[in-house]
Amino acid sequence: MGVARYTKDEKGAITEVVYQSGMKIKPVYGPQDLADAGFSCENDLGEPGAYPFTRSLHPQGYRSRAWTTRQYTGFGTPEQTNERFKLMIANGQTGLNVAFDLPTQMGYDSDHPLAEGEVGRVGMAVDSLKDFLTAFDGIPLDRIGSGLTINAVASIMMAMYQALGETKGFDKTRISCTPQNDILKEMIGRGAWIFPVEHGVRLVGDSIEYAVKELPRSNPVSICGYHIRESGATPAQEIAYAFEIAKAYIDTVRQRGIDPSDFVGRFSFNFNVYGNLWEQVAKFRAARKIWAQMLTEEYGITEKKKLFLRGLFGGGGSGLTKEEPENNIMRGAFYALGAALSGAQTTALCSFDEAYTIPTPRSALLSLKTLELLMDEVGLRDTVDPLAGSYFIETLTLEMADKIREEMAWVKEMGGIVSGISEGMIQKKVSQQAYAFEKGLQSGEYKKVGKAPGKEDKGAEVELHQYNEVWAKSSKDSLAEVKRTRHEKAVADTLRALEKAAKGKENVMPPLVDCCKAFATVGEMADVFRQTFGEWQEPGFY
Amino acid sequence: METMNKIRVLVAKPGLDGHDKGAKIVALALRDAGMEVIYSGLHQTLDQIMSTAVQESVDVIGLSIMSGAHLPICEKLTAMMKDQGIDHVHLVVGGVIPGQDIQPLRDMGVAAVFPGGASFDTIVSGIKGLFQ
Repeated sequence: MGVARYTKDEKGAITEVVYQSGMKIKPVYGPQDLADAGFSCENDLGEPGAYPFTRSLHPQGYRSRAWTTRQYTGFGTPEQTNERFKLMIANGQTGLNVAFDLPTQMGYDSDHPLAEGEVGRVGMAVDSLKDFLTAFDGIPLDRIGSGLTINAVASIMMAMYQALGETKGFDKTRISCTPQNDILKEMIGRGAWIFPVEHGVRLVGDSIEYAVKELPRSNPVSICGYHIRESGATPAQEIAYAFEIAKAYIDTVRQRGIDPSDFVGRFSFNFNVYGNLWEQVAKFRAARKIWAQMLTEEYGITEKKKLFLRGLFGGGGSGLTKEEPENNIMRGAFYALGAALSGAQTTALCSFDEAYTIPTPRSALLSLKTLELLMDEVGLRDTVDPLAGSYFIETLTLEMADKIREEMAWVKEMGGIVSGISEGMIQKKVSQQAYAFEKGLQSGEYKKVGKAPGKEDKGAEVELHQYNEVWAKSSKDSLAEVKRTRHEKAVADTLRALEKAAKGKENVMPPLVDCCKAFATVGEMADVFRQTFGEWQEPGFY
Repeated sequence: METMNKIRVLVAKPGLDGHDKGAKIVALALRDAGMEVIYSGLHQTLDQIMSTAVQESVDVIGLSIMSGAHLPICEKLTAMMKDQGIDHVHLVVGGVIPGQDIQPLRDMGVAAVFPGGASFDTIVSGIKGLFQ
């Protein structure tokens, strides 16, 4: 049943429960369990809003502020994305979460041969500043922040966002963007990497350094345990690998002589809510604590706000099934409940049709309304960290923290996350687990409602978002127009300055902003990096 | 003992999509089922896939496509296979494939389609079935 491993006796009674992260669950918990686990209210829990933040980042939790909702949005042309942004904002969404198409994510323009068939398909196509100006038209950039789901070329997109703000009359100090910018997780799962590991990490470092100095309201990196989990990691591994990745970024910026306390407060995270409800709640509570402890102990950070594990807890893609897709509406609601019980600061929910394709307006709104319902109707704003003090939850949170630390120790033994990824060790472990889990699902060892061993999906009747070839043409025409009307010398000059920075040690961000303002294309800027850095060769995974 | 040649399969990820969990776990399942499996890695062009298929003289090319671009990709690849005289190699496709697209894929010459949710058994027996 579910994603945990359940053993039953001949009468069908459950005799053993083991969660994905490895914790064995007892039928009954009591005060003795807390005593056995060495639970201390003062050290393990603290007050909400106080170190180590197990209970909450804020003293009053959702009473002071409901969560921010950021449904992942973007498809087709910038005009269509703009329309969908406005629809979501009109329906109460308080931040944007921008989806880019694959060519944009991989640094190719819409007219590149490799972009064929992909332009505008899984997100919006962005070739130049012109597209950003259209997509964000009429959006108050000083009030609405934007998550940008972009990694290998995140530095380019962050520069583009600054160029957008400045062109629209918003000073760079007033705009707020959160590019995902987590290249190491792309190498474990999701796969939108381009450059070799060390150059990828250097670009992350450049953008963090730049944001610290120039973009005070932007969060330069959002570390995604999410995709690591989607690729087959356990919840404990999801947190552990994300924290190890965060440390790699902290260390690369620290080596430039910048004090971690100047930037770690700007890190945010993206974690998954798919899985067993209690395991997720324990995961988030343990994660807040470990992050705060780690920053204190290893980096000497003391200022409270810089110890916050901020981020988006949401999604849940792996939990969705193609079979009986309407069930995904309920699944999403329960995943969101887990996020709310965990004190998620920002959230988003996969829509029920996403096992098929990107959401329709109707399904995207259903997700948004689910999130609203939890806050405004069900009672999740009533009191902070409502599960605190539960014999079960507190024991589980402690056990989860141990599992996370064990995984972090394993990474350390390997010589750190960068070498673990370069050698393919992490990918291998995660893929093997994904395979074992899928076999378990198919044999009935794990259960998902609507999915049964031997029963295959016949394809359900759902209204689906349809891709339209016309979007590619529109993007290509728009790109051609940009190339016709821009000042070619300015483009060549700014690209040359970018190349010089990339080849040397100078930060690439200032020349990138100049390139964007000169209407250099994403493909042109990425090509400079490709020629300078080369491309990553991924290790085998067997 | 009867000597049986192992079925050689190239599991390939064409295009820019990086969601490779499906490709990797299917590769592991085919290998466990006794097939010789070559995994292409990510971001392969169709030319690269063709040249690997020829070099490795595979019996099956299995494409994993999650981005929704399966129709244009398969149309092009089947044409290339014909042009280069390897249309005896079976092309199979898995991934996020809506039901309505299965017949059009079959009409292009795709030997089998395994949409998300297809079991390892179905995929293994589907591929073995191509050789009976």
